[in-house]
Amino acid sequence: MELGPWLIVLAMIGGAIRVSTPFLFVSLGECVTEKSGRINLGHEGSLIMGAMSGYGASLFTGSAWLGILVAGLVGSLFGLFHSWICNKPGVNHTAMGIALMMLGTGLAFFFGKPLIKPTAPRLGDFSLAWFSALPQVKQAFLINGLFPIGLLVAVVFHFGFKYSRWGMVVRLAGESAEAGTALGYNINKTRVIATSIGSFLSGVAGAYLSLYYPGSWNEGLSSGQGLMAVALVIFARWKPMRCFTASLLFGAASALGPALQSAGYSYGYYLFNAAPYVLTLIIISVSVSTKKFNDAPGELHVSE
Amino acid sequence: MANPVISVKNISKSFGVTKALDKVTFEIEEGTFHALMGENGAGKSTIAKCIMGYYGADDGELLIHGSKTAITNPKDAHRHGVGMVYQHFMLVDNMTVAENLMLAREALPFVFNWTREKKSLIEFMSTMPFQLDLKKLVRDLSAGEKQKLEIIKMLYLNCKVLILDEPTSVLTPDEADNILSFLKRLVIENKFTVIIITHKFREVFGYADTLSVLRKGKYVGGGKVTGFTKADIAELMVGNKVSEMPQRRNYADNVLKLQLLDLYDKEGSDIAVLNNLSLKVKKGEIYGIAGVSGNGQKRLVEILAGQKTATSGKIMVDAKEFVPMRKAMQETKFYCLPEEPIKNACVPEMSVAENMSLRFFDKVPFHRKGIVIKKNINEKAEELIKKFNVKTPSPQTPIKSLSGGNVQRAVLARELSEDAEVLVVSNPCFGLDFVATVDVRALIIQARNKGTAVLLLSEDLDEIMELSDRVGVIYNGTIVYETSAGEVNIKILGEKMAGN
Repeated sequence: MELGPWLIVLAMIGGAIRVSTPFLFVSLGECVTEKSGRINLGHEGSLIMGAMSGYGASLFTGSAWLGILVAGLVGSLFGLFHSWICNKPGVNHTAMGIALMMLGTGLAFFFGKPLIKPTAPRLGDFSLAWFSALPQVKQAFLINGLFPIGLLVAVVFHFGFKYSRWGMVVRLAGESAEAGTALGYNINKTRVIATSIGSFLSGVAGAYLSLYYPGSWNEGLSSGQGLMAVALVIFARWKPMRCFTASLLFGAASALGPALQSAGYSYGYYLFNAAPYVLTLIIISVSVSTKKFNDAPGELHVSE
Repeated sequence: MANPVISVKNISKSFGVTKALDKVTFEIEEGTFHALMGENGAGKSTIAKCIMGYYGADDGELLIHGSKTAITNPKDAHRHGVGMVYQHFMLVDNMTVAENLMLAREALPFVFNWTREKKSLIEFMSTMPFQLDLKKLVRDLSAGEKQKLEIIKMLYLNCKVLILDEPTSVLTPDEADNILSFLKRLVIENKFTVIIITHKFREVFGYADTLSVLRKGKYVGGGKVTGFTKADIAELMVGNKVSEMPQRRNYADNVLKLQLLDLYDKEGSDIAVLNNLSLKVKKGEIYGIAGVSGNGQKRLVEILAGQKTATSGKIMVDAKEFVPMRKAMQETKFYCLPEEPIKNACVPEMSVAENMSLRFFDKVPFHRKGIVIKKNINEKAEELIKKFNVKTPSPQTPIKSLSGGNVQRAVLARELSEDAEVLVVSNPCFGLDFVATVDVRALIIQARNKGTAVLLLSEDLDEIMELSDRVGVIYNGTIVYETSAGEVNIKILGEKMAGN
């Protein structure tokens, strides 16, 4: 059977799943943080710290899942720190987030030096392609353990924001702190919890990078994915399910270059590698509209 | 008192070095309509927020139904049946009416069964005197509907004591009467206790049974409303006799000064903000434009101030077309006091003197051969500060550190310094306290008496009634009704403002 152009599509599906997972986790993390009325640009920091500590923990315990748990906890420490500082009057969230980003990067490089050489146990995967015996198809539908978990988190957030007490209170904190206080809710506490959960997710995203794809710890691992995911949240209009689709779209775009190459089209390789960035630009210019910003949580003050 | 539902005893509260409340003590009897009055910064809102547990008091105690009660958070207050409607809406714009009501509940279920919750909300809503669409987003509600939702929210919480902080400030007179009479019915028929924070005399004499007055954080008097006159209350609020309004001078000659001809302007590509608005203002006349905010007032002022250009239509001064550019403004003496002058007519970081000179710093003797002469500017500023009674530490103080009333006086001093012939003022007393309001209004009348043609835009109907010689109602960007001050009927004005 001649696969030809189908190979490209298959490679893009595989790439979408593979590349989108960290975007999915970070964007869901930022989504819940922003829903509570805080912007955390420090996800890049918790992501890199998660990558480093997750790799380390996996190496020492021999379990990739324990590594992921440790990465999440280290990430949530960053979130805790961010929200604790931001609860103080007059603190600028943006500046604090950037500081955390640099702190995380610096700390991870410092503590991660000895982790560059050894090989930690990797996260496992399984193929969804029971319908085909072709290795290329099997490869494309290779699902890592974190991808379905990310989807589950998105679904839980999606319904949780509307149908649970916790979700309603998070939205209240994000829409109007004044109204929340007048109704007797502890807004700062809600934000601390939401920010910590958000950073837990970005820590997990980091562990994915070091434990699955690309699957080793080095300093250039993240290349700004934590920051790009923050932009994804805006594109997703603060909706968890759209974070999922946006991440997939982004993943597929990233896979375009390698997919073409694997199919033998090496022409314009670098050009196609730039697809995600071109996509970001297109997304930004298409989604610019003041009307749509009504979806933004009121406390972020981005809709004016 | 027979049966006080709320007693505050010696409550004090400081914010940093400012003492907002100083040993305030008063009681409110159950089943009464109580007015809590005072100037800006007198501590009315603060005492209410202390009762609600929004703020913790530094000292003193609170008794509910005669027993000492510790309230540390608004939920505690709700549990004791005390609810508050704050001055700014405490609603979540991006949520539906149903969601807003649900969030107010004391204990939210961990997971909602929206079908069941909606059913019970519909049942609850059917017992209310006014209906709101539960599915509507709050941001799509009108100001009156939002105010109703706030009240419904408190009733939903089973609050029998309602505190309302200036509940009518954003409502049309009709909406205001609607809400106040509903509250009054709750008091008479259902034994509710209603406390409104207000400085509108009309509401106090129209609805309240008892009143308390605060001044600079202290309780200075109160009792049955029937025992007070307007002047008594004003004196209690201010602490001394309030200056009187200057007499109006009569003008026999009806010289036309300012004329607006078919002003038309739109927002975006097709929505008309001003819709062929025309009006005439004579010399020595105050033409008051009444209207609910958002009917084109803001754009009209921007066009008159030269900040925006109308799509079509003309501004005529003395029968000549006037294009609001600096030179024409100086020649025709056409000046403007926009709303919130600290934002719209000042450079906040610059000093009072510099801000005052913005209209004339480029003219002799303040400016010669391209050089600004500071000395003359400062002298003129000092003269204006004295004449217009601006309270500022010095002419060199940045204007942003002045109180709202003094910013208003300073800008008005600037705009009137050249003996304005046309003056446009927009909501001049918004947010000002009693004394400053009286001062600013007196200045406007003085200008009128000197022959200035004044175009006054205000959302405060009382202000329109008090100042205007002629009244026009703006609705959907055009003047829909016009009458002379002597024949004003407040009911008709209200209807016209609502577009009927």
